[in-house]
Amino acid sequence: MEFRTLIIIMMSAALVNNFVLIQFLGICPFLGVSKQLKSATGMSIAVIFVMLLATAVTWPITIFLLQPNGIGFLQTIVFVLTIAALVQLVEITLKRFMPALYSVLGVYLPLMATNCAILAVVLLNINNEHSFVESLVNSLGAGLGFLLAMVIFSGIQEHLENADPPACMRGLPIALFSVAILSLAFFGFTGVVENLFG
Amino acid sequence: MNMIVIAILSVTTIAAILAAVLCIASRVMAVEVDERLQTIKDCLPGSNCGACGYPGCEGYAVALLSGDGIGANLCPPGGAVLVAQLSEILGVTAENVAQSIAVVRCMGDRDAQQTKMEYKGIETCKAAKQLFGGAGACAFGCMGYGDCQVVCPSDAVCMENGLARISPARCTGCTLCVKACPNQLITMESTSIATAVLCNTIEKGAIVRKKCSYGCIACGKCVRECPSNSIIMKHNLAQIDYETCTGCGRCVEVCITHCIQPLRPIQEPVAMESEATLV
Repeated sequence: MEFRTLIIIMMSAALVNNFVLIQFLGICPFLGVSKQLKSATGMSIAVIFVMLLATAVTWPITIFLLQPNGIGFLQTIVFVLTIAALVQLVEITLKRFMPALYSVLGVYLPLMATNCAILAVVLLNINNEHSFVESLVNSLGAGLGFLLAMVIFSGIQEHLENADPPACMRGLPIALFSVAILSLAFFGFTGVVENLFG
Repeated sequence: MNMIVIAILSVTTIAAILAAVLCIASRVMAVEVDERLQTIKDCLPGSNCGACGYPGCEGYAVALLSGDGIGANLCPPGGAVLVAQLSEILGVTAENVAQSIAVVRCMGDRDAQQTKMEYKGIETCKAAKQLFGGAGACAFGCMGYGDCQVVCPSDAVCMENGLARISPARCTGCTLCVKACPNQLITMESTSIATAVLCNTIEKGAIVRKKCSYGCIACGKCVRECPSNSIIMKHNLAQIDYETCTGCGRCVEVCITHCIQPLRPIQEPVAMESEATLV
């Protein structure tokens, strides 16, 4: 495990395999919370935080508890359970110590408990047989990729507000078209990262 | 068989540990919430209009409970009923609240007001105002793109033929439309007043006449006819002094351009019907 591997893992999670634009995970908050830059950033930071926390908890559970006992098939159900409990814990902690941040995040925090991007990142960490540090780096990269996609798309959304598309395209349709074009742009990263550091 | 037992046991153990952690966390980090907060929130209108000066109804409820002597009469939509309820909950004496409604000081709809250009820009009053004061000939009148309608939380504003009209029955007096109008055309008036000058122009009569058939031309007839002498002419515009106004309605009868109108039961132009039959 060297530094270069970590950089490659992070870059590929953030850009090449961008969770939203390439793997189509976490589309619900991506479309729902990207109306304003501020709430988009808030949501993304919360996602990064929960992703890291969930990885830190689920990786030991799988490696030291599930796999030695031959019950690796339980990982999905255990992960869902753990993530839901973690989100609750984060919510309680924020409410107590950072009420301002809690009221800003508001409804997005509970939404995170059912965010498929978070379940996906912990499952992928196990499936790709990452080590603990690699898993954390992968989660951070995935979260940063989510942040990048959210920030870019909230900028596009703000322009869409002033655009004048045909009536049948207003709202969600034009947003989905824009995401599709943005997603095409991200396909350009395929193959870049490996060669960049290789 | 053994596998099933291990599976059930491990999932149950993990769930139990998580439940215990959550349980302890919620006890340790419990936030004390004043039980009156929910009661107050239930009393407040809940439209989050912001007329009280706090961020939403919840913000006002929190401020009320903070004990900084914030008045219970800051919520115009709630009215006197709300003040009574809040005073009871908080244990203070009820203060008076002035019930007021928003009045659009213009009658110049698309038929009445001349246009000075064909406006094809962004269809908001704010945008139109920036381009030579809007499409209408009168720079003081209603531009009719409905900025006030958008902000109204109680659906009281409707746009009729390019003119904003406010239903007194629905208006809660939250003053959001007053802030939204770029022409400062909407004013708050007490619900007790009977008549109002529905024109905002300060230009001379001859110029006004060319621009709008409902504009105040400052002829002074209402000033002379008013039995209680409560109308004055200021900046080419009739103004009613509501301290002395008796609500007799004489000014409505004599106004030749019909820009003085009765406010109750509804802001409806008197001359509208007769003109409609002519067409």
